[in-house]
Amino acid sequence: MARAVTPRRKLLLTASAWSVALLIFFPVLWTVLTSFKTEVSAVASPPQLFSADWTLENYAEVWQRSDYPRFFWNSVVLSVGSTLLGLVIAIPAAWSMAFVPGTRTRDLLMWMLSTKMMPAAAVLIPMYLIFQRTGLFDSRLGLVLALMLMNLPVIVWMLYTYFKEIPAEILEAARMDGANLWSEILYVLTPMAVPGIASTVLLNVILAWNEAFWTITLTTTKAAPLSAFIASFSAPQGLFYAKLSAASTMAIAPILILGWFSQKQLVRGLTFGAVK
Amino acid sequence: MGKITLKSVRKAFGEVDVIPGIDLGIEDGEFVVFVGPSGCGKSTLLRLIAGLEDVTSGTITIDGKDMTELPPAQRGLAMVFQSYALYPHMSVRKNIAFPLKMAGVSPEEQERKVQAAAKVLNLGDYLDRRPGQLSGGQRQRVAIGRAIVREPKAFLFDEPLSNLDAALRVSMRQEISELHQNLKTTMIYVTHDQVEAMTMADKIVVLNAGRIEQVGSPMELYRSPANLFVAGFIGSPKMNLIEGAEAARHGAATIGIRPEHIDIGRGDWHGVVGLSEHLGSDTFLKVMADGLGTLTVRADGEVSIKAGDRIRMSPQPDKIHRFDKDGKALA
Repeated sequence: MARAVTPRRKLLLTASAWSVALLIFFPVLWTVLTSFKTEVSAVASPPQLFSADWTLENYAEVWQRSDYPRFFWNSVVLSVGSTLLGLVIAIPAAWSMAFVPGTRTRDLLMWMLSTKMMPAAAVLIPMYLIFQRTGLFDSRLGLVLALMLMNLPVIVWMLYTYFKEIPAEILEAARMDGANLWSEILYVLTPMAVPGIASTVLLNVILAWNEAFWTITLTTTKAAPLSAFIASFSAPQGLFYAKLSAASTMAIAPILILGWFSQKQLVRGLTFGAVK
Repeated sequence: MGKITLKSVRKAFGEVDVIPGIDLGIEDGEFVVFVGPSGCGKSTLLRLIAGLEDVTSGTITIDGKDMTELPPAQRGLAMVFQSYALYPHMSVRKNIAFPLKMAGVSPEEQERKVQAAAKVLNLGDYLDRRPGQLSGGQRQRVAIGRAIVREPKAFLFDEPLSNLDAALRVSMRQEISELHQNLKTTMIYVTHDQVEAMTMADKIVVLNAGRIEQVGSPMELYRSPANLFVAGFIGSPKMNLIEGAEAARHGAATIGIRPEHIDIGRGDWHGVVGLSEHLGSDTFLKVMADGLGTLTVRADGEVSIKAGDRIRMSPQPDKIHRFDKDGKALA
């Protein structure tokens, strides 16, 4: 029997859902609003959510003072590059885990995921030294590798879940039809898993784009992405909230737009296989 | 050519011997049906021949060549799966052409062969559709088309009709039989349905618990089952099996008599009809026979016997099967 929803209950639920959503979204809203204020009204006390004197000055100044396109391009290269490289490694890995599992496959998956729970700061010094000694410091290649390794467990886990949904008989049919392993993965498995792969790509691009700890630590100028771009506005001379907010808005806008338009795909992807 | 020979083929999953050891010869052009109850190892045996499973020991030769260690693609066999296993993202045309593409056949030649297969299977109008837009029967035809274009040495069918409704199953059964007559290629067909086995096979292999119980033509198996298992499995409705004094009177531990070999109206067997099923052409009676247990008897379609009637019956003497205490048939 369906649970009865009275109008009052519905109103209450809707109101609380909006409150929680607003609470979570508030910092982003604050940032966006502040980016259009003057520095004076940004630090006004008591704080004002809406200011009387709107301005685009902050954006103009941020654009002039820094090389936004370079940071933006670095972000694109790092997030897309690390995700694609991750896929190249994860597809065969997930294939073998899903279709020819060993007795320890489950444990291996759990172990891979558990590495995501390790605090990044714990390996900060060795990572920093390795990057310096090998010339990977402040290089796009280095960060692509670092971000790829960091997100690989998530990529493998997600793909594994999608691949498990594909009937093994179809792959066997491909084998009977003369496909070797690569043809089987290229012509049959991958096209069938496209929705899952798309969700995986989206999520990992977002994760890599938003990553700040390693991208700030392991870069100085050349390979620095938008996360470092935001950080560069908190200078020793003091914090300029309005400009910092403008820079932040510019940094998060691309991924926010991407996320907005791919909402459906993302939600579908993340709940894939949950309901048959 | 498609002569397949299995020598001491054994398959174990971990500690469990699914197939303890099988020797079997399949002649070129033969239609062989593996039949047996669920879990008897018939599908596993087919997958061993296909190369989808590795044999634990023993050899599989095709046309005299040892194929035991070769991957499925190099054995020259084609398989039709129970679930059809079509590629859902490809059109019917691309599904059928896939094995040709994998073999490096030119696009023109691919198209020619696809058209030829589509003509044989009446799929001409559906070539640009996706499998999801087809009915069960059409999907099965596409799966067969994909097998035909390879011009394999043998076709392997793994319960291909199980997902179809009863009417479609009968017509597809006939189509596959006709296909065999036209192509004259070796076919190995796995089913748990003894009607499919009886109607399609040149040779039936009855399997039970991974062992071959009997190999023979449908009528050989029907007329002289080698043991109680085959006696009970082949024939519909099932053979009546009688133990005790009546069996002893015939010098056996168990005797078997098929429902169609019991005459009504005279004889020494008495019983009360418990259930009378009129099928039109036949009437099947369940009779509680005195001292013999429940017997199934086939009577004429027009017979007016009903539940509760007391009847007399007699088995046709030359149709009585005798089995010893181990269940083996006595000569």
